[in-house]
Amino acid sequence: MLRYLIPLVIFVVLAVFLAIGLTRDPHELKSVLINKPAPTFRVPQLKASDKTISNEDMRGKVWLLNVWASWCVACREEHPYLIEYAKSGVVPIYGLNYKDRREDALATLDELGDPYTASAVDLDGRVGIDFGVYGAPETYVIDQGGTIRFKYVGPMMPDVWKEKILPVVQELNRGTAK
Amino acid sequence: MTRLRLLPILLIFLLAPVIKAQVQEEEVPSDDPVIEQRLQNLSKELRCLQCQNQTLADSPAGLAADLRREIRIQMKAGKSDKEIIAFLTQRYGDFILYKPRVTYTTYLLWFGPFILLLGGLYLLFHYIKQRRDLITEKPLSADEHRRAEELLASLPGKETT
Repeated sequence: MLRYLIPLVIFVVLAVFLAIGLTRDPHELKSVLINKPAPTFRVPQLKASDKTISNEDMRGKVWLLNVWASWCVACREEHPYLIEYAKSGVVPIYGLNYKDRREDALATLDELGDPYTASAVDLDGRVGIDFGVYGAPETYVIDQGGTIRFKYVGPMMPDVWKEKILPVVQELNRGTAK
Repeated sequence: MTRLRLLPILLIFLLAPVIKAQVQEEEVPSDDPVIEQRLQNLSKELRCLQCQNQTLADSPAGLAADLRREIRIQMKAGKSDKEIIAFLTQRYGDFILYKPRVTYTTYLLWFGPFILLLGGLYLLFHYIKQRRDLITEKPLSADEHRRAEELLASLPGKETT
């Protein structure tokens, strides 16, 4: 009897492992920066190019950093939703314009609208390296003390916003109310 | 039919002016051959996070070029390979290492094949031993002896008839 059971057990174990493997997206990497202070940057702003912007400017509030670019196709997918999220006023969204030409970036915002309170310009991708960016769009939730609390890779569609981003933001905002 | 097959290619050419490109600085190799050699060796151990199955040395992706540039800058600043790997893993995690680190989460990955090998060897020896135990030389009984002798004796007789 055992002789017939062993291959069956091996098959079941293999099948379970492979089934788990199928549900996991190899492109989704866990960020090592979660619960670590956001890397410091001070770079020019996209619209007001004579002004700089730094993560220090956002201290004391919960904010989102959204990595985007005009060349990034998936960013276009999330763009109309970003405008909605920004309009809802729940949390300010700051952009990190990643390896983009200024004129391309500005043209994209003119065409699709600008959801960002401000966009930081990361022309050579150096800020991106500090944040561990490996593919736009990426969105970071940063708390009042400047700590990264959550990261989402990929277009932030309404289901992601409702189920993943909003709960984190609300939890963090509750923290300040206390 | 063949014309239809060309359609996607044609479309790409038509759309080309619309597609915006990523700003990519041209990659400038360092004038120091030692740094280039070190970069070559180090980037073979690092993963390109965009393509995932390529090393940083082989990858043409924009991010890979940026990381190579960053590594060159750090090498020029006198950072050791270890410090550079620490810099990268602090930002991208252990996944950037093409050769996984030996930690408790990777024990199965590193030692699993050896455990399977040992298990297989055990089963093989067990099986061989079992087979060998099945073959036992039993001495012939008196009756069997007699029958064997009869058979042997009958053989040459058959040949003559």
